Amino acid sequence: MKYLFIWLVVFSVLVGCQSSLSPDVLPMLGSPQIDQNGDSVAHTIPDFSFVDQDSNLVTNETFAGKAYVADFFFIACPTICPKTAKQMLRIHDYFKDDARLELLGHTLAPKYDTVAALNRYARNLGVSSKKWHFVTGDQATIYKMAPEYMNVALEDSDAPGGINHSGYLILVDKNRHIRSFCNGTDPEDVDRFIKDIEKLLNEK
Amino acid sequence: MKNSIACLLLATFFVWTSCDQYPYQQGKILYTNFCENCHMADGSGLKALIPPLAGADYLSKNGAAIPCIIRNGIKGEMTVNGITYNTEMAGVERLTEFEITNIINYIHTSWGNDLPIVEHLQVREWLKPCEKNVKPF
Ligand code: HEC
Repeated sequence: MKYLFIWLVVFSVLVGCQSSLSPDVLPMLGSPQIDQNGDSVAHTIPDFSFVDQDSNLVTNETFAGKAYVADFFFIACPTICPKTAKQMLRIHDYFKDDARLELLGHTLAPKYDTVAALNRYARNLGVSSKKWHFVTGDQATIYKMAPEYMNVALEDSDAPGGINHSGYLILVDKNRHIRSFCNGTDPEDVDRFIKDIEKLLNEK
Repeated sequence: MKNSIACLLLATFFVWTSCDQYPYQQGKILYTNFCENCHMADGSGLKALIPPLAGADYLSKNGAAIPCIIRNGIKGEMTVNGITYNTEMAGVERLTEFEITNIINYIHTSWGNDLPIVEHLQVREWLKPCEKNVKPF
């Protein structure tokens, strides 16, 4: 009888942990905000307007009714960016034919990563702006967007390449809420992230 | 007595197995620290941006140029396995000729590569053209 009780506890803890580890519905991430009516709403990506590798204007409207994966990088980045790009490419290939998902890479070095440079970069990766936008714009505006996507970006002359930044990939839903993230240099974490994306796309 | 024999056997076993698994341990560590970010843990590179080291024809065709590429970097167009690359690679000046030798041997024996082992005296010769940072290219 005593053992039955212990097993029950173990069982419920296991089940409890499981469901919190992989909930059926992805959580809303980031700190909640207060809207005009004084109600608390999940963190929401603010309005933005950038230009991509084909000189297209990219705004929130570009992703209307779609989910997207966002990250921050720069072409000459000697540290984590190539690894992160490789993982973004995996996600790109996995959801290639699924129009419900797009990708958005922000350059942190807009001075060098011009539209022409981003165009060459995208071509060398073999991807199109129909699916994966590499955007540039006003440097201060881009740096202000990074924390909105739970990323860190700082100019730092001591960092390799002159920019200190984190390589998180962020999943944003069609209502501009952050629903999942992963470390873009860790292929196993990205495996889990891909499952999260599928979960989001299958949400009603 | 019995104990020390057992210890000796155990030690031999560990040395033997670790040597067997990673013949170029230092090369592997240096590769992880200085090259893996770009050329990837599996040597696959990145599309037409960063050339592969796994199965790269460049390695067998241009063996003598590799030490200087590692020390000084390289820029301009290059063709690897039929794909043209044109991205700058920065060199790692602080690597000694021994370390460069170990990295090359790690690359030569990893990811299915089966290229000849290079000796450090050979690497010293190959480094001559780029001594004192005189770019060989
Ligand atoms: C910042 C990214 C980066 C790092 C770090 C880097 N490489 Fe490279 N490597 C490149 C690029 C890009 C090229 C192609 C250069 C070009 O297009 O002219 C290249 C070319 C090469 C080549 C000749 C082409 C080939 O694929 O066979 C070799 C060999 C090579 N790198 C070895 C190394 C080694 C060894 C290290 C570590 C000591 C290293 N690289 C570190 C980016 C990098």
